[in-house]
Amino acid sequence: MAYLHLFIVNKSGGLIHHRALSHHAPQIGTNEWLRIGSTFHSLHAIAGEASPVKAKHDGIELIEGEGLILCCFQTRTGIKFVITAEPGTRFIQNVLKEIYVAYTDCALKDPFYELEMPIRSDLFSEAVNDIMGRFGNR
Amino acid sequence: MSKSTSILDRPILKPRTDQVSMSAYGYLYSELVQYHQTRASSISELEERLASSGYGVGFKILELLSYRNKDNRRETRIMSILQFISSSVWKSLFGRAADSLEKSIEHTDEYMIFDYNPITSNFVSVNKAVSDAYISGIIGGVLEGAGFTARVSAHSVDIEEGEMKNGLIGMPSRKDKAVFLIKFSEKVLERDAKLDR
Repeated sequence: MAYLHLFIVNKSGGLIHHRALSHHAPQIGTNEWLRIGSTFHSLHAIAGEASPVKAKHDGIELIEGEGLILCCFQTRTGIKFVITAEPGTRFIQNVLKEIYVAYTDCALKDPFYELEMPIRSDLFSEAVNDIMGRFGNR
Repeated sequence: MSKSTSILDRPILKPRTDQVSMSAYGYLYSELVQYHQTRASSISELEERLASSGYGVGFKILELLSYRNKDNRRETRIMSILQFISSSVWKSLFGRAADSLEKSIEHTDEYMIFDYNPITSNFVSVNKAVSDAYISGIIGGVLEGAGFTARVSAHSVDIEEGEMKNGLIGMPSRKDKAVFLIKFSEKVLERDAKLDR
């Protein structure tokens, strides 16, 4: 039971950040992650359209499989934080919300960060490390 | 809001105790930097622009604090004006004193103010010193207003082992500190030397 990978997709489907959260995480190249990011973005949008109930939070929140769970948290501005984890991992939604907080602190408040652009911030990486440390997964 | 609580109706002599949230400040300052960034063609120009926006703050805060100071005194010595900056000015702007004030060993005309957690670079990952240029502008403004012509620059230095200071709550701890280097002009040093006699 471990968190595997984190990726962040901006509102137009571009991957702006991805990283492994543990050494169990499968090694996938950045190009593949870019593809996964934009594919997930489209699926998320289609799922929202296909939903029979027009709920406030549409799109994909959770995909469960035998070997993997994928959890997504979409913010008001359309940025999606997605974590993949091994089945049975708990508190993923909490972790996602904490990562959202770290994103607002370390990226949005950084005068040198451009909106919708890749996050290359040491502060953000460290903040995510801290969160991972707190939720017991190194 | 009633009329009597308007900011303009408040007595200027009373120090203000109300505070702004760090987040609100963070976004506002970020906008200021971005405003200048779109108008600056280089990093050094951005630094200059930020310093010049801080300059006015420094100039005015000197006036305000001197006015609020009961004995209405004016600092005339290098050491006392620097202490005034690193304690009174820092406290009124940031709610705490600067972490330390030192005299340079190599250069007699240089002094340094250290801050482990300057609010201008709390949320910054790269170019911390550029972001801190605003504070160096404030220092420059206070010094110029008090009659001490000086060149002030902001730098970022890695902190040594065991020197760790806690940063903002909820943020990763900082691995660097800001150094504000103050280089006085010759005239100021001559004047100060004369006062020594």
